[in-house]
Amino acid sequence: MKINLNNNEVSMAGESFSVRELLNLMHFSFPMIVIKINGRLVKKEEYERVFIGDGDNVEAIHLISGG
Amino acid sequence: MKSKLEKLKGTCIGIAGCGGLGSNCAMALARAGVGTLVVADFDTVALENLDRQYYFREQVGQKKVLALKENIARVNPAVDVQVHDVRLGPDEVVQIFKNCQVIIEAFDRADMKLMIIETVTERFPEKFIIAGSGLAGYGENNALRTRRLGNLFICGDETSEVSPELPPLAPRVGVVAALQANQALEIVMDDLAPASGDDVWDE
Repeated sequence: MKINLNNNEVSMAGESFSVRELLNLMHFSFPMIVIKINGRLVKKEEYERVFIGDGDNVEAIHLISGG
Repeated sequence: MKSKLEKLKGTCIGIAGCGGLGSNCAMALARAGVGTLVVADFDTVALENLDRQYYFREQVGQKKVLALKENIARVNPAVDVQVHDVRLGPDEVVQIFKNCQVIIEAFDRADMKLMIIETVTERFPEKFIIAGSGLAGYGENNALRTRRLGNLFICGDETSEVSPELPPLAPRVGVVAALQANQALEIVMDDLAPASGDDVWDE
């Protein structure tokens, strides 16, 4: 399947992945990330049960401590 | 321009956290003439905060929200500053900021940043939230920027994390606080429309 991740087209082997699986595959290791799929925010507690499929637009933004 | 500045007087902006980002952002918005600022923080002013936060030596030991209200009054007494001396969780965010058009995320910890972004996006989908992410250290002027994703704006370099080797310093913290304040002005003065449905990066 192909997804759009942070404005880049990414090809992946498989039909669908949970948000958690995608983060692991992409080595997004920061503990705090804003994830939006097709414009909808996915809460941290939903990472295991929300799935990403072919053609989805995924945005991942790291939240960095300091303020 | 005059009528747009006039619009600020009828505007309510919420600021979650009154440390480096929040205190500097609040002062910028107060000087610009925002009518109402709702500020929340549980902390007290400490001597080591003075390297970047908008407080003074004689305010050490005071509650940050009260010290900030006092400082704003010395600059622009027309601003209605509503203070909340509280540790914010989702319920407090909803209760305290429900009348604000724009909410500024000015926390220190990344988990708190995520908490308020999730809460505002879920409970107030029509409100804008402006977060700060990545401001530690010095230099790299042009890495500091603003990106919009739906009703969420992210100000900062999105990479530099605070650590003992890379402390937050006044110039970069001040730049990000000013980016947040500037973005809030644009939202209010230009009546930016909230996003709906599919959103894409707007850089």
